[in-house]
Amino acid sequence: MQLHITTDGVPIYLQIANQVKYLVASGRLAPGEEVPPIRVLAHQLLINPNTVARAYLELERAGVVVKRHGSGTYISDNGSPLARKERLKILSQRVDALLAEAAHLHIAPDELLKLIKERHQAMPPEENQ
Amino acid sequence: MNASDTPPVIEISGLSRKFGQKLALNNVSLTIPRGRVFGLVGENGAGKTTLIKHILGLLRAESGSVRVFGFDPVADPVAVLGRIGHLSENRDLPPWMRVDELLRYTQAFYPKWDRAFAEELRKQFGLDPAAKIKNLSRGENAKAGLLIALAFRPELLLLDEPSSGLDPVVRRDILEAIIRTVAEEGRTVFFSSHLLEEVERVADDIAMMFAGKVVLTGTLDDIKDSHHRLVLRFESPQSAAPKIPGVLSLAGSGREWTAICNGNRPEVIAAVARAGGKVVAEDTASLDEIFVARAGAKAAGKE
Repeated sequence: MQLHITTDGVPIYLQIANQVKYLVASGRLAPGEEVPPIRVLAHQLLINPNTVARAYLELERAGVVVKRHGSGTYISDNGSPLARKERLKILSQRVDALLAEAAHLHIAPDELLKLIKERHQAMPPEENQ
Repeated sequence: MNASDTPPVIEISGLSRKFGQKLALNNVSLTIPRGRVFGLVGENGAGKTTLIKHILGLLRAESGSVRVFGFDPVADPVAVLGRIGHLSENRDLPPWMRVDELLRYTQAFYPKWDRAFAEELRKQFGLDPAAKIKNLSRGENAKAGLLIALAFRPELLLLDEPSSGLDPVVRRDILEAIIRTVAEEGRTVFFSSHLLEEVERVADDIAMMFAGKVVLTGTLDDIKDSHHRLVLRFESPQSAAPKIPGVLSLAGSGREWTAICNGNRPEVIAAVARAGGKVVAEDTASLDEIFVARAGAKAAGKE
């Protein structure tokens, strides 16, 4: 599990929680996969273990991970109940950027929508689902 | 790691200290709970080292009181110093000793010295046992000092500007030592630093000092939660920073300005509107921005 921590504003526990959610939503962390123990991740990221504990607690509350008694912390089996919401959130950011760029290029949203459908039609069949 | 129900490791109340006419510490009160990492931040000359010297009993409290593990460190140094691993700012190790001599010499003072752990750290830090202290590089000297502070597994690790002037590799060793110490149940770390990026990574609690005074203290989470960075956009370009009550600092030019404020968002947003602007973006402030805003506000006499 590769995470990247910055200290430019967003609290570190939130960065960890958000990145784990992203990794789950994008399929890079699979259901049932174990996340590193608190001390190991604290050491790896050079951050306070209490911060990692707080991030894991947030993830547990959100249903993204489960603690198994006496063993460790794992990605939830049923996938995260938030996964779809998170996936849409990731996509929303891309859509916002696309809309902003379209506005600069004087392309109306209706026209953009038409373009998205056209590009979708033009995709090779295995990706065209 | 949650030990809020046990008595604090350090308790300082109403501590003041004068050097000649200069008030080095001005009514400082701090509580350092057990099992946490406490970061003391401030510019050079803010009083951090003077405060640490009081904790070690090297300076007597002129007014106010200092208690470490419940004892007065000046009256009862034996009860205090044997439980503190200390790395001083100027790394005053005896220059004529070899590394192995330094370890044997220091070991004699601490009944709880862990030889296996000391040897593990020596190897990890890459220190040659036959090397003379005076021939060590700046980084090696810091690592030797850190080794003897850690090797008896002290209840309190007290580090004065541990990363100052060191390269990133040695700074990493120091941060690892802090994390390892606190991960072992019940141990406490108190460190001073002007590298706020490091403080933000490892501290549970912080105190900010400015000109001898503690201007802000609390858990890092609470401080981060209560400070906001607002990007303001004004209808017309502003030639000087607009006056907005409740804002700690304001930087920018023309139409766009960045404000750091504390807790009072609704009032600040209303004040911005009265000044002919609006908030266009909002974020959590970094510890660095909070410190600069606080120190700046303090220097300008706004608080």
